[in-house]
Amino acid sequence: MSSRADEARPVGTRDDAGADRPARKSPRATGVRNVRAHTYPYWFYAPAGVVYGLIFLVPTVISFYFAFTRWTLFESEFIGLDNFRQFFSEQALVSGLRNTLVYAVVTSGLKVVLGMLLAVLLTGPIRSRGLMRSVIFFPVLVSTVAVGITFSVLLQPDVGVISTVLAKIGITAPDWLGDPSTALLSVALVDVWKGVGLATLIYIAGILAIPKDYYEAVDVDGGGAWTKFRNVTVPLSRPATFTVILLSLIGGLRSFDLIWTMTGGGPGFSSDVIASIIYKTYQAGFFGLSTAGNVVLFILVTLIVYPLSRYFNSREVES
Amino acid sequence: MKSSRSRLTIAVVAAFALVPLAACSSSSGSGGSSDGKTEITLLTDNADATVKPAKAVIAAFEKANPTITVKTETRPGGSDGDNLVKTKLSTGDMADVFWYNSGSLLQALSPEKTLVDLTNDPALKDTDPSFLPAVTQNGKVYGAPWGTAMGGGILYNKDVYSKLGLSVPKTWAEFESNSDKIKAAGITPVLGTLKDTFTSQLYVLGDFHNVAATNPKWADDYTANKVKYATDPVALKGFEKAAEPKQKGWLNTGAGSTTFAQGIKQLAQGKAAQYPMLTFPISTLAPADAAKIGFFGIPGDDASTNGATIWEPGGQYIPKTSKHIEAAKKFVAFVASIPGTDAYSSAVPPTGPYLVKGSKLPDNAPPVAKDMQAYIDSKTSTPALEFLSPVKGPSLEQIMVAVMTGQTSPQDGAAQYDADVTKQAKQLGLPGW
Repeated sequence: MSSRADEARPVGTRDDAGADRPARKSPRATGVRNVRAHTYPYWFYAPAGVVYGLIFLVPTVISFYFAFTRWTLFESEFIGLDNFRQFFSEQALVSGLRNTLVYAVVTSGLKVVLGMLLAVLLTGPIRSRGLMRSVIFFPVLVSTVAVGITFSVLLQPDVGVISTVLAKIGITAPDWLGDPSTALLSVALVDVWKGVGLATLIYIAGILAIPKDYYEAVDVDGGGAWTKFRNVTVPLSRPATFTVILLSLIGGLRSFDLIWTMTGGGPGFSSDVIASIIYKTYQAGFFGLSTAGNVVLFILVTLIVYPLSRYFNSREVES
Repeated sequence: MKSSRSRLTIAVVAAFALVPLAACSSSSGSGGSSDGKTEITLLTDNADATVKPAKAVIAAFEKANPTITVKTETRPGGSDGDNLVKTKLSTGDMADVFWYNSGSLLQALSPEKTLVDLTNDPALKDTDPSFLPAVTQNGKVYGAPWGTAMGGGILYNKDVYSKLGLSVPKTWAEFESNSDKIKAAGITPVLGTLKDTFTSQLYVLGDFHNVAATNPKWADDYTANKVKYATDPVALKGFEKAAEPKQKGWLNTGAGSTTFAQGIKQLAQGKAAQYPMLTFPISTLAPADAAKIGFFGIPGDDASTNGATIWEPGGQYIPKTSKHIEAAKKFVAFVASIPGTDAYSSAVPPTGPYLVKGSKLPDNAPPVAKDMQAYIDSKTSTPALEFLSPVKGPSLEQIMVAVMTGQTSPQDGAAQYDADVTKQAKQLGLPGW
């Protein structure tokens, strides 16, 4: 989101794309870009440019205008900053912001920890490794809405499978999604189940890229499994960690579909996140107000993710 | 390496996000009339209780009008449906006839710009005049009724009531003592079905008869921004009543994740005794189950003003963009006529009176319909606030869930709803807000 302008340029091989940012420092990369700019005549860019302008650029610019209007879809009236004033006085906004951050941090953190551990398992010498890797990736491919509906049935109190199983071993399950204190975390856990496959995949790639020499060096020095994990695997899969954190943080900040299908932001406002608050204003027909909310969300995500991505990129170059 | 991958991921995510949107724009077939037949489309909500009778009415209509065929489309209910209707109207993609709410939700459609004016139209010749205020804006009438009026109050299991020797409460104090007795008998006294958040609003919306009984001008004052829920002690009672079941342990455990389909089943099975709700879900029950369930209005403080809040039937509307307005009017007129209501009743038993001239409840109508008719006949019913005032906040459902589950106090909930209503009024640009 922070780099829309960059996307307008054709992105070539992976190495070039990686050099995109450090390019400002390195004259070599700038030279590469100039060569690339002359690869095609300008008319060759026109079709993609028109599509980009019509369905990305124009709506984005227009939305900034409509954020300042009272808009019924039929007509709009300029009302200055009223929408932003209204949006910031939204009673659920503070709890929504807190929930958004909690959700993003919890899902992102768990995906890092679980993804790393699962990747260590799945790169280990176990049987039918390929199958196991596919199985853990499978939930990523399933529709989020389907996952949400399925889990809201599984998590039902009394009759749901999960509560029934827990009751068999003597645990009274809470009303996962119906109790305001557990609703948000229950959804976050389902999100982790659904998303951890992608994190694992990224970690597998990261771990396989670590040269065997380092592990052999630990063996020579007489270090054990813990030392290998702590001093080789964790630090050398740092690029993978950054990718996982960035992806799942963006996902967590703009998370909506799973929360909406499982709790609708409820009970009450207890699992409302920014995106569901905006969606509800849209549902209510307050189109100007919800557009203002989206502008705020856009700025918020940019503020969090852009510096983070700059930081990670600079760290990656060093490592 | 990373940024190209994350960009790709974002692009893929964005692409997938577009898929459901594309699926939404279903074709609203503009009918071909090559074989002398006109095809019109009808958009209804997707509840069973609507889809089934719609099919029966269409079958009867096509029999009576062999040159017209009617194709149905469905939409979700609740706020999602409201949104879809607005979007379809604004993009000119609306079906030739659509069944929707009357009252404040109609006002939000800008009917003057989007709907065909049916004032004094022959399509409304059988419509009971008492329905018209619910579909009128600035003196122009835009719709005819479909379906029956509904009661909004408390559905109760008559078997449980007779087994425990209880009688229908006329005051809130009687309701409280009934609930305590039901609890003592080991049955859930009050059902909450908060997974379907709209069901939470009945405590406030259904209590309106009591508010209007105390101050008959309340609705007008409310529209004019002169009275508020938080500062009017009578109106505030609705919020207090909503908080009570949880405080007193009457509410079912797991209320937060119970759906209304599950709730109505539990009520029919006698696992729970009382359920604040509208009367329409009764039509989804088997006749034997429906016969066990009765209806009473939410009781107030004074037995002498006891009564019930009723919801007008929904409205049928024709968008200005329809290419078959004449055929659409024929269909609308048929639905709001005796043959239309007969066909409707043949598919689902009526859960209230039809507002069509000369129609009567059939003898086999379920008890809730008869209970409601009794309120109407004794003139102790009041239309819900949404038929008397265009002002209704969008977040009442969530606020009520928070009040019912004890997250918010009734006083705070009422104040939050007042703020929510102010937001709506400002967005509508109403004068005086």
